[in-house]
Amino acid sequence: MDADVPNNNDISIVLCGEAGQGIQTIEQIFTKLLKASGYNVFATKEYMSRIRGGSNSTSIRVSSRRVASYVQRVDILIPLDKDAIPHMKTRISQDTVIIGEKEKVVTSYNILDIPFSQMATEVGGPIFSNTVAAGTLSGLLSVNLDKAIEQIKQHFKTKSEDIINKNIEALKKGYEIGSQLLESGKVKIPKLDRVENSEDIVIEGATAVALGAIAGGCNFMSAYPMTPGTSVLTLLAGYADKFNIIVEQAEDEIAAINMAIAAWYAGARGMVTTAGGGFALMVEGLSLAGMIEMPVVLHVGQRPAPATGLPTRTEQGDLKFIINAGHGEFPKIVFAPGTLEDGFYLAQKAFNLADKYQIPVFILTDQYYVDSYYTIPTINALSVNNENFVVKTSENYKRYKFTATGISPRGIPGYGNGLVDVDSDEHDEEGHITEDLDLRIRMVDKRLKKIELIKEDIIPPELIGNEDYQVLVIGWGSTCNVIKESLERLGRPDISFLYFKQVFPLYPDLHKFLEKAKKTVIIENNATSQFGQLVREITGIEIQHKILKYNGLPFSVEEVIENLQGI
Amino acid sequence: MNYEMGDIDIAWCPGCGNYGILRAIKQTLSELEIKTEDLVVVSGIGQAAKLPQYLRCNYFNGLHGRPLPAAFAIKVANPGLNVIVTSGDGDIYGEGGNHFIHAIRRNPNITLFVHDNMVYGLTKGQASPTSAIGFKTNIQLGGVAIEPFNPISVAIALNASFVARAFIGDAKESADIFKKAIKHKGFALVDIFQPCVTYNKVNTFKWFKDNTYYLDSSYNPLDRNEAFKIAMERDKLALGVIYVNNDREIFEDKLSVYKDNKEPLYMRTLNKENLQVSILERR
Repeated sequence: MDADVPNNNDISIVLCGEAGQGIQTIEQIFTKLLKASGYNVFATKEYMSRIRGGSNSTSIRVSSRRVASYVQRVDILIPLDKDAIPHMKTRISQDTVIIGEKEKVVTSYNILDIPFSQMATEVGGPIFSNTVAAGTLSGLLSVNLDKAIEQIKQHFKTKSEDIINKNIEALKKGYEIGSQLLESGKVKIPKLDRVENSEDIVIEGATAVALGAIAGGCNFMSAYPMTPGTSVLTLLAGYADKFNIIVEQAEDEIAAINMAIAAWYAGARGMVTTAGGGFALMVEGLSLAGMIEMPVVLHVGQRPAPATGLPTRTEQGDLKFIINAGHGEFPKIVFAPGTLEDGFYLAQKAFNLADKYQIPVFILTDQYYVDSYYTIPTINALSVNNENFVVKTSENYKRYKFTATGISPRGIPGYGNGLVDVDSDEHDEEGHITEDLDLRIRMVDKRLKKIELIKEDIIPPELIGNEDYQVLVIGWGSTCNVIKESLERLGRPDISFLYFKQVFPLYPDLHKFLEKAKKTVIIENNATSQFGQLVREITGIEIQHKILKYNGLPFSVEEVIENLQGI
Repeated sequence: MNYEMGDIDIAWCPGCGNYGILRAIKQTLSELEIKTEDLVVVSGIGQAAKLPQYLRCNYFNGLHGRPLPAAFAIKVANPGLNVIVTSGDGDIYGEGGNHFIHAIRRNPNITLFVHDNMVYGLTKGQASPTSAIGFKTNIQLGGVAIEPFNPISVAIALNASFVARAFIGDAKESADIFKKAIKHKGFALVDIFQPCVTYNKVNTFKWFKDNTYYLDSSYNPLDRNEAFKIAMERDKLALGVIYVNNDREIFEDKLSVYKDNKEPLYMRTLNKENLQVSILERR
């Protein structure tokens, strides 16, 4: 059979198989290779909460243009087990080219039969099937073989020479098959234009946040593993020696938040990372940060809830929880990056704003954001600026001295002659317990006064598209790139997109954007339009159209286009 | 060194054992010449946890049950600080039980003083984890029915590096134990028997006097099996240093952060060039 991949300078490849089959390995080798070959890449994964078995898939887009979002379309599918095709059936179209082992994959679809396992066995064992598949894809996309071998060497550099050689052998075999498929015309793949991208980097959301945290001076991380927050913990552990970061796996999330807050008290820049459920355990600690006016940075990766929910899937369902978290009244800031660049810069900024205002600052992401990666221009870490707000104390230092702004200079123990006393009870200027109720009022006012200043630092939403729009689409956080691409493809100059990367406190002039629109649309990965509720609370305006998705998967570009076409 | 707060209103009942603990701590600190600026006292919630309010020092009076994670972080962020945790049996063994276990496992060089009066004071007289079976309260009307928590045996089981028990009715002996605990390198637990004059009519000064004895100089605290035996004794409760393990490495000494550079974290700045290199590695 012949198979054509339509030429739109953009190829979507999906690998699907069981957990433990090494899809991640192919993804890692192949995406790096594509980037090294002068292509833009986007990759994201969806997986089950298990170590072996099940059906997992990774979607890779290769393009000459910059690509940063998930598409439903599959141009090439590599099914690695019998469940792969049933798992993928909603995404397979008549244009999808399926390449795999007929014997392993039971299907009524046409399939280009390539004996991956047999070829792998010839090299040394079925374990090399993944590398054969990576080789086949490399051949199909006619990437440079030497570069491909280089990636193999890089990827397996900690393994024995024998393993490396066998993987190279497997890659070559796959590459040969891929090239043959292409040359024989059995598969027609459009030739993608190569781009000069040697200065680009390929990172995923978790890395953007982790590197941004380091850029913000993070030197203390305490966390309890919970998907999808764990990736940031793992990354910082990997960077711990290089950047002098103390990384501690806490006994529970309660310990984690108390550690991070106390680390700030002692002069470190501490952070926690978790998911909604873990954050639920941190909420009393959050309130402690509010009372003792201690900075702290929290990365919360959302996943479908309530309770354990769908542990490995995505959702934007914790927005209202986070904004309202913590008993009592105290200020906080919540960022929700939608692009990798924003993940980096907002994480860096989070540390400085936390320190400046002595408040908790959140970086709110989700599984889709954390696990998706793509090529972006290099980030310049040299241009970031960190401000140090810690003061050297003198003998009569008062931690909670009343000031015009509500911000008391923050001392730390052991730096200066003063004493730094903090108390979770209501306290006086020195930090001692008080039940003086007039003083209580002054302390509440002092803490809340900071909100006025915090407002000056609010990041306004980004308007993408024309200023004189008829339809305004609103989104926040991880849906940013998908909405952006959808509107580009729709080609409707009357529709513009308002992207929020700060979701709390909300931009005060938001109503001006809404009032200009004839129609308003909100797109959210949750069931109740939490951001829409927030917008209504601030502006009194009910957004007319709601596009909501809450099956645990991210929006695809096609889905957003389809939904917008009706509006 | 001046640890005195001057004329302050103290929230403890007259005759409370907390006064004796505060006095003994002050005496120990002053004998060890610990500077107030370098001292951080960490506590949770409860009557015992108010102690840092009555001592001139840096303090972190945090949440109920959570002083140990806080103390750990303070110590590792700045190992030059002397970090002492002082809180009650409910705070450390009840609400914070999980942290008690893991703080011992980590073995940071901090001292933990637990004011153990076998009852909840601030919430008005309910059972604590160390209340004896049969102890009657407004909640446990028929008397406590569950096994009391034995902090000494749990600490020894976790191979804590220093485990001691004191009775605050004996000021001199207690101060002596406190001193050893603070001087000890590693995590040091001192469980302090202390009467609650308002809510515990069973475990009184006299009861503690009658039901305790001091380990004599022939006792070897390095012997873990012996220590377990002492910890399990129920007729008379041993006072003194029960178990010491000098072989356990101190948590902060193992941190790579301090391998070549002893500066606390607050003195450090980001090496942006290194970060740029790490970013470029992602090309």
